[in-house]
Amino acid sequence: MILQTKGLCKRFGGVHVARNIDFGIEAGEIHCLIGPNGAGKSSLFRLILGAHRPDSGSILFRGEDVTGLPSFARIRKGMSVKFQVPGIFKDLSVRQNLVISFQHHLHGHDLEATIQRVLAFAGLEGLEEQAAGTLSHGRQQWLEIGMAVGVEPQLLLLDEPTAGMSPEETRQTGEMLRALNAQGVTILAVEHDMSFVQQIADRVTVLHFGEIFAQGSVAEIISHPGVADIYLGATDD
Amino acid sequence: MTGPGNSGLSVGPSLIDATPKRQRNTLALWLSRLEGPQTIGRGRGFWITFVLAVLAAAIYPMFVDGWTVGNTAYFLVWTFMAMGLGVIWGYAGSLSFGQTAFFGLAGYGYGVLTLNFGAAYGFTLLALVLAVGLAALLAVVLGYFMFYGRVQGVFIGIVTLSVTLVFQAFMAQTAGPEWAIGAARLNGFNGMSGMPPLTIPWPGGDVLLYADIALYYVLLGLMLLVYLGLRMLLNAPFGNVLVAIRENPERAEMLGYDVRRYQLLGFVLGGALAGLSGVLYTAWGQYITPSSMSITAAALPVIWVAFGGRKDVTATLIGTLVMIFLYQWLTIYGSQYAIVVMGVILVLTVLFAPEGIVLSLMRWISARLKPAGGRA
Ligand SMILES: Nc1ncnc2c1ncn2[C@@H]1O[C@H](COP(=O)(O)OP(=O)(O)OP(=O)(O)O)[C@@H](O)[C@H]1O
Ligand SMILES: [Mg+2]
Repeated sequence: MILQTKGLCKRFGGVHVARNIDFGIEAGEIHCLIGPNGAGKSSLFRLILGAHRPDSGSILFRGEDVTGLPSFARIRKGMSVKFQVPGIFKDLSVRQNLVISFQHHLHGHDLEATIQRVLAFAGLEGLEEQAAGTLSHGRQQWLEIGMAVGVEPQLLLLDEPTAGMSPEETRQTGEMLRALNAQGVTILAVEHDMSFVQQIADRVTVLHFGEIFAQGSVAEIISHPGVADIYLGATDD
Repeated sequence: MTGPGNSGLSVGPSLIDATPKRQRNTLALWLSRLEGPQTIGRGRGFWITFVLAVLAAAIYPMFVDGWTVGNTAYFLVWTFMAMGLGVIWGYAGSLSFGQTAFFGLAGYGYGVLTLNFGAAYGFTLLALVLAVGLAALLAVVLGYFMFYGRVQGVFIGIVTLSVTLVFQAFMAQTAGPEWAIGAARLNGFNGMSGMPPLTIPWPGGDVLLYADIALYYVLLGLMLLVYLGLRMLLNAPFGNVLVAIRENPERAEMLGYDVRRYQLLGFVLGGALAGLSGVLYTAWGQYITPSSMSITAAALPVIWVAFGGRKDVTATLIGTLVMIFLYQWLTIYGSQYAIVVMGVILVLTVLFAPEGIVLSLMRWISARLKPAGGRA
């Protein structure tokens, strides 16, 4: 198991965003995290990354307890993330965004080569010198995914990577994630789009009111009667 | 949006596999960083202008008398504090309002050291290094408590301003003879005086750097060294991280950067440069008083840097020199008057060119010179 949480609890006032979450991701899988709005998906991401401190429980990454580590140290151990809210440097050029993302482990020609590859794969060729904030919403999203994948993570965490994308763009994103996964990157993705989940997921975890409601293969989750009630019904709009 | 490039969809294995890292000539690498995304000015046009400006500064003493050159040297004294504030505020995004605390501490430190141990064997240079180190040490302690204590935004300004004002108030009440460190009387609001100028050890007698031509050249050289050094540092990965923190600290952390450590490093660098100005000021005039740490003194560097353009070291440097020249010229008509004008300039800058007046002009000129769209 590349990532494991044990008895993870977190509350904000009266809101339990995580209740006793025992959760694990196998190395090499694509794991999707689903659940209705406010279920606690993004909060679980923040707990895993150390942006929130858990009230109790622990987090193991590659067998090591990282619960006490600050975020940057967890990232350095091989995680990378794209949050739900855009997290690019809007006033800096596309190139600067990529340089800042990759410079701590790549230099010189390797850095340049990776930048060129990410530009190509994110469809941002020729836009290098443009300020990132002036890109279209979708391109910003792609830039951010590029920033996350270019760091060669062991575990890639994506919070709603396809939000705001057309069906075709969503499908392309799925293919890209599959290709990355084939190269050994383990992926945890929060997703609302069930067809996208079907396209990419090896396993699915359903969160509901900060608890793990169900877990299993895509087929199992889709045929799970309770999940349809809490989740598929809730987003059928 | 267009989505991913068609060819790019299949992510080549090379995106993941690290290719063998090549060694580059370190010196060439650092020299290449004289130009880069974090500093304006690149290409032949810029460097020719730079060399011409340096040449003009170098031959300038031939056209005026030594006394005037010594006064011009005084302008150069302040540029280090301004460039240091530019690093902290413009690049790393934390406005320090109390750079004068480091300035004053180092200035007094130089005085105490040289009044006790004299100036022989080039000790003044050692005193300079020690006093700057003292300022850096204060910056380490203060910065540690601020950044690791999660002090952020405007509170950094408030804390640093408080420190300089406390320091000023403390030094102002040291008039009594009991306030002495060895042979050095602190002397309350009258300040400390009589310390030797900087000296350069020389066979057959040390060179004394009184406010004259020799000091001017030393300061000019030092300023160029710091300016070019900062250009290289700011275009290096270190500078990129500072800028990333300014733009979005949470994101910088989530890219694996120890944000607080970088903030602390930037703060210490800025504090050390303010300390350098403090030593040079003290050595230049052979005195220092608590008013060097007053609220007016603390506000001036902020005004210079805002006027020049905090996000670019060249704009900061030019803006500072212009403002100090203007300030000196205005004080002929009365120093209260000069401060009011400084305040008005700050307000005008904030209203009409929030990025800085010099920086806006530089951008405008470079856009004119390169209509093809390249950034000069
Ligand atoms: N910092 C916070 N302080 C207080 N409450 C919070 C905080 N962060 C999240 N919450 C609350 O916790 C609950 C879970 O939020 P979270 O963002 O984790 O949900 P989510 O599953 O990601 O939802 P969505 O699908 O809308 O993104 C929500 O009710 C939210 O209002
Ligand atoms: Mg969310």
